[in-house]
Amino acid sequence: MRHPATPAGVPSTGGGRIRAPLPFPTAARSAVADDQLRANLHRATRTIRGKRVRAVDEVPDWAALRDAGAAIKADVQRRLPELLERFEAAATAAGARVHWARDAAEACRIVVELTRAAGADEVVKVKSMATQEIELNEALAAAGIAAHETDLAELIVQLGDDTPSHILVPAIHYNRTQIRDIFRRRMADAPADLGAEPRELAEAARLHLRRRFLEAKVAVSGANFAVADTGTLVVVESEGNGRMCLTLPQTLISVVGVEKLVPSFADLEVFLQLLPRSSTGERMNPYTSMWTGVTPGDGPQDVHVVLVDNGRSAVLADPVGRSALSCIRCSACLNVCPVYGRAGGHAYGSVYPGPIGAILSPQLTGVADNASLPFASTLCGACADVCPVKIDIPEILVHLRQQAPHPVAERTAMRTLSWIMRSPRRWALALRVARRAAGPLGAWRHRRTGTRTLRRLPWPASAWTRSRDAPLPAPQTFREWWEKQ
Amino acid sequence: MRIALFITCVNDLAYPQTGIAVTRILRRLGHTVEFPVAQTCCGQMHANTGYRAEAVPMVRGFADTFDGYDAVVAPSGSCTAMIRDQYPRLHPAAASVAGRTYELSELLVDVLGVTDVGAAFAQTVTYHPTCHSLRMLRLGDKPLTLLRHVRGIRLVELDDATECCGFGGTFALKNAAVSTAMLADKCARVRETGAAVLAAADNSCLAHIGGGLDRARSGVRAMHYAEILAMTGHYA
Ligand code: SF4
Repeated sequence: MRHPATPAGVPSTGGGRIRAPLPFPTAARSAVADDQLRANLHRATRTIRGKRVRAVDEVPDWAALRDAGAAIKADVQRRLPELLERFEAAATAAGARVHWARDAAEACRIVVELTRAAGADEVVKVKSMATQEIELNEALAAAGIAAHETDLAELIVQLGDDTPSHILVPAIHYNRTQIRDIFRRRMADAPADLGAEPRELAEAARLHLRRRFLEAKVAVSGANFAVADTGTLVVVESEGNGRMCLTLPQTLISVVGVEKLVPSFADLEVFLQLLPRSSTGERMNPYTSMWTGVTPGDGPQDVHVVLVDNGRSAVLADPVGRSALSCIRCSACLNVCPVYGRAGGHAYGSVYPGPIGAILSPQLTGVADNASLPFASTLCGACADVCPVKIDIPEILVHLRQQAPHPVAERTAMRTLSWIMRSPRRWALALRVARRAAGPLGAWRHRRTGTRTLRRLPWPASAWTRSRDAPLPAPQTFREWWEKQ
Repeated sequence: MRIALFITCVNDLAYPQTGIAVTRILRRLGHTVEFPVAQTCCGQMHANTGYRAEAVPMVRGFADTFDGYDAVVAPSGSCTAMIRDQYPRLHPAAASVAGRTYELSELLVDVLGVTDVGAAFAQTVTYHPTCHSLRMLRLGDKPLTLLRHVRGIRLVELDDATECCGFGGTFALKNAAVSTAMLADKCARVRETGAAVLAAADNSCLAHIGGGLDRARSGVRAMHYAEILAMTGHYA
């Protein structure tokens, strides 16, 4: 057993599905061209957005709740090692076994070994971001163990041989007809004449899953919260499938990121209000499961908790970036993000898409390995306004941009511009030169079109003129007008 | 009160009419405006693209240039937000001047207590609240309050007004495909209003949206709202 807060032996970067294989602009370009995808995303994010606004607006002390949520998380980050030890002691005393994993590979290894020790060759899974992050299903498959996702949307993604594209709604990129086609193709027990009505689809999934719940010996979950004082784990969900997994099998293995700790049971009061309203736009989520170690004769008798670092200690070391660890994975920031809404989740190349992905993935891997993600934002700030734990996402994006490797040509241009602009004399001269150089062109365009804009520019400015006319310098700069008065 | 105009680099070069408009509005209200010629750029593009070190000399220059004025007014929500939000961190000595720097509508409504600047403009106008003016400066409906008092104006509401237009500074170049997709939606919403003029608090966003509207030959004119406030019977 190793302690994740010990600097020695803790890798500074994480592994798993958090490294974007393609630069964001490249991946986003093909996503933007997919009209069906954009339509699906538009419809789904709109609906959740509207529900969230209504659920949040009716809470009179929402601002105070957000402050409390942010404060609790900041406190946890300040004394994480102590809280982790407290959690381990409490969970162990309650009959659970606590395992420590430095990175994704180690976490996967632990789960595989535990599953084998339980004599199982399949597991049922509760929807969990941490297990997606560490690519547990792939590791289990490689060990000959079948993992069955039981969350409806995760099941759709799994049957479709796809990856999740949203934190809360992993199959948000599909519409109903596409889902029906996946079920017909890949779900052996789906009726041949399955329709595309949500009720029919849910019913087919329910029958398919019921069998799995009854047969499974091992369940794997994540956790939304882990209470340090009591060693309790908490899972918040909507379908009840999670609860089936958490109660029926003999063995329960929970993979939990170290940042999920909260100090005391009372702190849950804050998050169990913030999360459902921000996430699904509900006053309360239908199922909240809590368990503390083993309860003799009731539920799983073999209970394990795998605490995963996978880059989190490195994030914790950055005083500006660390608040990304406050995230409660509500996905409100995705639903309001205009970039996510156009590019979709897969463009972010990580299990964490959208604004939170743009700040979390590069920190978990080191910015150099995800260098395009901090730039995948207009800094419009819509995310920060909705975040229930008040993560200043634009500030962290700008912070990470400072660490990103810059293209040589861009760096030269920026340095030259800075050299000109730091001197009033050089800047005044540059303005005059630019105005004069553009003069004849501007006059010609003005005669022809009535505006001083260009329709085509050479690379790299062509990135602008492909979709927008470009303004030219005015015939007289402002300071020239001022001097003439 | 000594009021200095910070024109911003983009306006100085490409949109002098916006600075002229600010000067006219303030003079019409009986104020003297000064233009310190040593001013250059607020440094936002550098800071937000990952070149903070290169932005700091500009921040220092700004603090030196505008020291001693009671108020600095900038016709840009984005540059004002850069100054107020980032300056105190980048160069602590710039904190005081940053606190006295206002976007035009803040100066007019909050500092000078004016909502009717005596303008007249007989056009149908729709207003796009730019992201930094909306979510960093929290201008609320100050620019709209000023526009509502313009004689002859017909203001029409823009659907999805608070959604980003897709400009985002260097984002427009680095992520041109997503930027263009966002622009297409914004242009569609603008055209649905039937307005002849699209007004906003930032010429950089307007260069982007206006560039898209021009490309589509929409006939909609993009204008900084200061230019509308500067119009009186004589200029319209
Ligand atoms: S960053 Fe904030 S808004 Fe986004 S998923 Fe996390 S908690 Fe929710």
